[in-house]
Amino acid sequence: MADPEARKVIELGYGGNERLVMNMGPQHPSAHGVFRMILTLEGETIAALDSVIGYLHRCHEKLGETLTYAQYPSIASKTDYVAAMTSELAYVLAAEKIGKIEVPKRAQYLRVLVAELQRVASHCLWLGTWCLDIGGALGGGATVFLYCFREREMVLDLFESLTGARLLYGFHQVGGVRYDLPEGWAQRCRDTVDRIDQRLDEYESMLESNTAFLIRSQRVGVISRELAQEVGIAGPLLRGSGVDFDIRRDDPYSSYADFDFKIPVEEAGDCYARYRVRMQEFRESIKIVRQALDGLPEGPISSRPALKSVGQVRIPKGEAYARVEGPRGEVGCYLIADGSPKPYRMKWRGASFSNLSILPHIVPGHKVADVVAIMGSVDPVFGEVDR
Amino acid sequence: MTPDRAISLVQERFGLQAAGEGRYLTVEGVPVERWQEFFRFAKETLGCRFFSFLTAVDWKEQGLEVVCRVENLEDGVGMLAKARLAPDARCPSLTGLYRGADWMERECYDMFGVRFEGHPDLRRILLSQDWEGYPLRKDYAVDTPHPPYR
Repeated sequence: MADPEARKVIELGYGGNERLVMNMGPQHPSAHGVFRMILTLEGETIAALDSVIGYLHRCHEKLGETLTYAQYPSIASKTDYVAAMTSELAYVLAAEKIGKIEVPKRAQYLRVLVAELQRVASHCLWLGTWCLDIGGALGGGATVFLYCFREREMVLDLFESLTGARLLYGFHQVGGVRYDLPEGWAQRCRDTVDRIDQRLDEYESMLESNTAFLIRSQRVGVISRELAQEVGIAGPLLRGSGVDFDIRRDDPYSSYADFDFKIPVEEAGDCYARYRVRMQEFRESIKIVRQALDGLPEGPISSRPALKSVGQVRIPKGEAYARVEGPRGEVGCYLIADGSPKPYRMKWRGASFSNLSILPHIVPGHKVADVVAIMGSVDPVFGEVDR
Repeated sequence: MTPDRAISLVQERFGLQAAGEGRYLTVEGVPVERWQEFFRFAKETLGCRFFSFLTAVDWKEQGLEVVCRVENLEDGVGMLAKARLAPDARCPSLTGLYRGADWMERECYDMFGVRFEGHPDLRRILLSQDWEGYPLRKDYAVDTPHPPYR
């Protein structure tokens, strides 16, 4: 059946210095979604990487033009579905910026509260899947994965009792939020973050005393400060490369200026540095959650009347770029409004899209096994890459 | 670099008005033939080394407009610049200045058909290579049929 000529090429490829082209994906367990890499190998060392994306493309930007300001926020959560709360927020912030719509203080605090809980849940998913990716090094690997999912589950339960949904929430709307905290929720939330806080120590002692884990992550996939900025990677990747930038502090939105938290920065730029940044972010997020619960003001949760029709929200002519610090970095929405109930144009800056485009620059020179570790440390969500 | 200094530099070098909402500036109407020169100036003189995003807007009869945002993270100055394209939709590529422009320009080509001159590998990125048309143009209807299973 096989073409004998083609077979010869493959056999030659194993010989030594010849190059071999290897396909990885689109269905690959370490791809965290549907992603295809075409690797050119010299022996086991990667000489070049070509990425093929778009398998999850739904043309969100066209959808954004066809749906109204009232309809789209719940669809926006489907871009980065692992951090739906922050994706929705970027869109409503852009609309509020153009329309100069005030958001009540309580709604702003609720937005911060859910955004930080979302960061905890999203980082749990990242840590679990990444440790599964480099699983061999952790003696089976599924342990950390299952621990992390156990913790993420607790946050999802909180979201479920708040919004009725576990993954895609539709929590934000132009002018505020849609749901107020149910009875007893604040106490449950405190208990949950306390428990997660304790378990973080457990993960850290498990991982950081494991030599195999350190070998697989230290000095692997180093991103220089210069390259990081030029490619436009954001979030923990940028801060793992020594760039001290966080939108929550440097361009605050939704009352983040009221909160007291640190921005972790690591200089090394390798997978381990990115891991350290995220582990510290976990704790900072938990700190913010507690502060938000302590300082939660009384008052309305939305400055607009409840929606009776989908075309009810009209935004005057104008344009704005609004961004939030999602778990994966700068999630931005560039919106042009023309006075109708729908935007004229919406550009979605997906953090994962920019983050993933770093791969061809850092992967060459590494071994095939390292691709999996690097890819996991980038933490892409393909709903957001392909949009 | 302060926003005021950036505004006067843009005025001096390009004769353009940089409107600002605080530290984030917008420059409209960069001549397309000076697009690369403008971003070289933004990167080297204004210190905007962080590449945020690049996209386009279809203004129907008035043609396509390319929008690009870069930022100086140390001083917190952002620069969003726009250039109107001629009907042939050609635009100089920024890949030589910002490596992040590679995928963004491919996406912009994919969705709007903007031809970035000097881009090393201008292929479709999100849609399949044999896709017909440019979906984010205003004349591309949402229900345009396409072959199944794509």
